Amino acid sequence: MTAGVQWTRKDLLGLKDLSVDEIELILNTAKSFSEVSQRDVKKSPALRGKTVVNLFLEPSTRTRVSFELAEKRLSADAIGMASGGSSMTKGESLWDTIANIEALKVDIIVMRHGSSGAPHRVSNYTHCGIVNAGDGINEHPTQGLLDIFTLREIKGKIKGLKVVFVGDILHSRVARSNVWGLTKLGAEVVICGPKTLIPWGIEELGVKVVHDVKKAIDDADAVTLLRIQMERQNETLFPSIREYASTFGLTLQLFKRAKPDAILMHPGPVNRGVEIEGALADSSQSYILKQVTNGIAVRMAVLYLLSGALKNE
Amino acid sequence: MNKLNGQSLKNLLIKNARIIDPVNSIDEVMDLHVQSRKIVKWGKNLQSDDAETMEAKGLCLMPGLVDLHVHFREPGYEHKETIESGVQAAIAGGFVACVAMPNTRPACDNAQVVKYQMERANLLNFNLLPAGTLTQGREGKKISEMAEMKAAGAVAVTDDGNWVVDSGVARRAYEYAATYGLPVMTHAEDPTISLNGVMNEGIVSTKLGLRGRPNASEDIATARDIELTRLCQCHLHVQHVSTRGAVDMIRRAKAEGLSVTAEATPHHIALTDTEFVKYDTFYKMNPPLRAEEDRLAVIKGLEDGTIDAIATDHAPHALEEKDLDIEKAPFGTIGLESAFGVVMTELYHGRKWKIGDVIRKLSVVPSEILKKTNLGRLKAGDHANFILVDLDLEWCFEQKDIYSKSMNSCFFGKKLKGKVLHTFVKGFQYTL
Repeated sequence: MTAGVQWTRKDLLGLKDLSVDEIELILNTAKSFSEVSQRDVKKSPALRGKTVVNLFLEPSTRTRVSFELAEKRLSADAIGMASGGSSMTKGESLWDTIANIEALKVDIIVMRHGSSGAPHRVSNYTHCGIVNAGDGINEHPTQGLLDIFTLREIKGKIKGLKVVFVGDILHSRVARSNVWGLTKLGAEVVICGPKTLIPWGIEELGVKVVHDVKKAIDDADAVTLLRIQMERQNETLFPSIREYASTFGLTLQLFKRAKPDAILMHPGPVNRGVEIEGALADSSQSYILKQVTNGIAVRMAVLYLLSGALKNE
Repeated sequence: MNKLNGQSLKNLLIKNARIIDPVNSIDEVMDLHVQSRKIVKWGKNLQSDDAETMEAKGLCLMPGLVDLHVHFREPGYEHKETIESGVQAAIAGGFVACVAMPNTRPACDNAQVVKYQMERANLLNFNLLPAGTLTQGREGKKISEMAEMKAAGAVAVTDDGNWVVDSGVARRAYEYAATYGLPVMTHAEDPTISLNGVMNEGIVSTKLGLRGRPNASEDIATARDIELTRLCQCHLHVQHVSTRGAVDMIRRAKAEGLSVTAEATPHHIALTDTEFVKYDTFYKMNPPLRAEEDRLAVIKGLEDGTIDAIATDHAPHALEEKDLDIEKAPFGTIGLESAFGVVMTELYHGRKWKIGDVIRKLSVVPSEILKKTNLGRLKAGDHANFILVDLDLEWCFEQKDIYSKSMNSCFFGKKLKGKVLHTFVKGFQYTL
């Protein structure tokens, strides 16, 4: 189906801009890369001679390590830059930082930034390919793609699946990327949380908002739990962690309302006892660690496709 | 930087201009004679043996524009704008008088700063009309020294940019301002609702993953200020109205006979929040660009008289400040140089307004709100404060059109119809 599609973008900024064909091209490419990580020698020469800078201007462990592994397994030369160790703490502007990285003849910049739209703004200023590794509360496209990849791997399809997101949707770039991607691919997306954690007018993006977590997960094919992002909140959005856990926390018992073969996902980090009961996180229906593994293949696919497009420019 | 040089008018006869002056009920092709920087008279086929003549066939001569809302940043933020560069931008846009907002550093909360600003502008031969603060340091706690500021020349009081959140303080400040007949200019916005929003809250902010400022923040503040006006019997001037809710409330307040006036900006008339799609901080302003329904409500408000004036909210910021992260970049767009073109394009050409109504919103009514009857009309014996414009000239707004020290315009690349060609301020002629 995606045989005829050519990847032409130098950047991956979000799933909002991607066509169905482009999403499927990434997923199919990721499938072939997932095999590399199964080998004894986990190495492909696809990005040999390419340089990738991981510019993480906001704390990250999972995503950062996943990207670094993806780069190494593609034989790229990978360098890390974090806000703490960079000149940006000395007052250098983002634009100057990017210009300096470009002057070092870097091919791709993987960028995490606390401000929504930062990679979009930067992408117009540089010839380097930009991979958005999370911008503010806007998008986290590789996370969205790896969630969709995992779902498709287990369910064999996306169209018609009922996929539920529970938690802090307002501050979740993971939820936004998933919503853009899943709705394009024909899933039935349900969003659940108190009104204070739901973005204004999200229904217009083709999702259903349900405030009762029981109703939300009825007959679900997949449930993704989102962490309460304490660090992004400077206003009162719910009364207490205790009440949140008792009203929106997911338990083994509650999860039985979903389909018998439903899968549970979580982008991490998991707050056991808050949004999820520990036993559920460890259950056989939990694919949290599978997501982590798949993340590498998806990121390899993205880097591979971008570097191909950069070559053609 | 661009620079306009003024020529002191000794003896000039402007021939065959279409002179439009709503106050004097004039709209006729005539001549106008200026001598020793002052208007002598206007009429058909004026003759003067010794006057220099200027052919103005095809151009309109109208009262110079009056802006109720500019930020000239001096003292304290001279890297964004100075009174000199701000005045240049004003003249380039056809403005002959501007009300300068007091969010300087130090804030214009005492007579000394008022005097300083006026002296600077007097040297530049410009009608700068300082607004003083409502509260000391714009902190919303203690009333400013309004009596002394008024005596020094302040024309209004406002904490623009900051709404006085404490309604008790606001009540006393509005009452005190009413004592001295100073209009209270309110930036009606409840900051506890706007919080850290960077754009209008709506479907566009949801799609872009940006924090929003809902209409309610403006509506709630407008409602309170209208009720305080009822209580304090002050003159409330609502700045940069941007929501349909605020337009409705102001309409009702006027119908009830309260002393409320209001202004709208060219950018809220011309643009909506969809401009934000590229995360371009040049579209980050406060109040934010709203939804189409709000834009149309603001225009309707202008058309039915609910909104009295068009003011630019000219808010210069240095490029390195605007280049910051969306959350950190300051709010505001410059507007003086583009205002006339935008208003003509949107309202005169776009909505078939009468030219007299354009002049009313941009000149006559602002001068009446300020009680400056030497402005907003032609007056024999007074300084020449008027403009010569081409109503139909098509042009594209570009960087070269900017005279401000800052370049943060939300109108770059916009095709405009209608342009100011000459500005006459206090008897000096500036040719663009």
